[in-house]
Amino acid sequence: MKVKCIDCEGDIEIPNDVTMGEIVTCPDCGLDFEVSKVDADGVSLEKAESMGEDWGE
Amino acid sequence: MSRIGLVYDRIRFEEKVILKKGEERGLSMKLSDAKDLCLYVQGSDEEFKATFGDVVLQRCISYFRGLNITAFLESKGIYVINPLSVAQICGNKVLSTLALERAGVPTPETIVSFSPESVFKAIEKLGYPVVLKPIIGSWGRLVALLKDKETTESIIEARELLNSPLHKIYYTQEMINRPPRDIRTIVVGDRVIASIYRYAPQDDWRTNVARGGKTAPCPLTKELEGLVLKAAKAVGGGILGVDAMESPKGILVHEVNNTVEFRGAMAAGATNIPNEILNYVVGLSRR
Repeated sequence: MKVKCIDCEGDIEIPNDVTMGEIVTCPDCGLDFEVSKVDADGVSLEKAESMGEDWGE
Repeated sequence: MSRIGLVYDRIRFEEKVILKKGEERGLSMKLSDAKDLCLYVQGSDEEFKATFGDVVLQRCISYFRGLNITAFLESKGIYVINPLSVAQICGNKVLSTLALERAGVPTPETIVSFSPESVFKAIEKLGYPVVLKPIIGSWGRLVALLKDKETTESIIEARELLNSPLHKIYYTQEMINRPPRDIRTIVVGDRVIASIYRYAPQDDWRTNVARGGKTAPCPLTKELEGLVLKAAKAVGGGILGVDAMESPKGILVHEVNNTVEFRGAMAAGATNIPNEILNYVVGLSRR
């Protein structure tokens, strides 16, 4: 299964045995996501909490 | 022509579109992942230029990482966009607010204090509600809207428990009675190349796109353009995101961003931003 990265629209490969809380990474931009929901419709992803205090623009 | 480089630590949407556009234009850019760097203080200027380029676009998501790399590269004769002095001012809200005020750019009433007790003196002068911001940081992170004494006490107590000494510096600002939006402009050199509204998401008062804020085109009036360019000049100029608010007193500039994100601006139609950035970088490399 593939899910679009909400940051760069790259294709994130979701492993068949995915579990909630697992971290998946976008191969294009390197952003980490936490799997927040797994059900019959697929998976939901949320950005993983890895932000530094000085992150930003 | 000089060699062009890009230093990054995460390829966000912005870095991705800059690289893509550069590739389309046939520009060969030297890419450096900041996380892999091991910078040798005694290295020669030529060695550094061969690795990084003569003109470097610094796009780290980590402020301190980007700041220190900028210092390093500048000391080796590399022109970094934005220069160290600009990065220092923009990355610290105390320094940027002082620079704006000094240059006569209207900015919200602000008080900086250094102990929990003195925050209450600041609030007494400003009057509730006030906005408490960390002096370092972005995306609206840890920005608090304080409406009463009880909330203020809780927030200060939490801040005092944080380890960073930066959180012991209290930057309090009047809450501006603005529409549920602010204005993000993007300055490249001496031009404003994009101007958008950022609307706060339904469940937040902050307008940051990183918090889900939505964007729409904003007309660039002469007044806005003049103020924005003045603000950009006040911090030293370069490639900057200048944020402004519509207040009953007129337009106020509240922030200038050093490694500006522009995904929201592109979504609102300002699709030429990566090209404009590259034009600026290429222009500097031809000096």
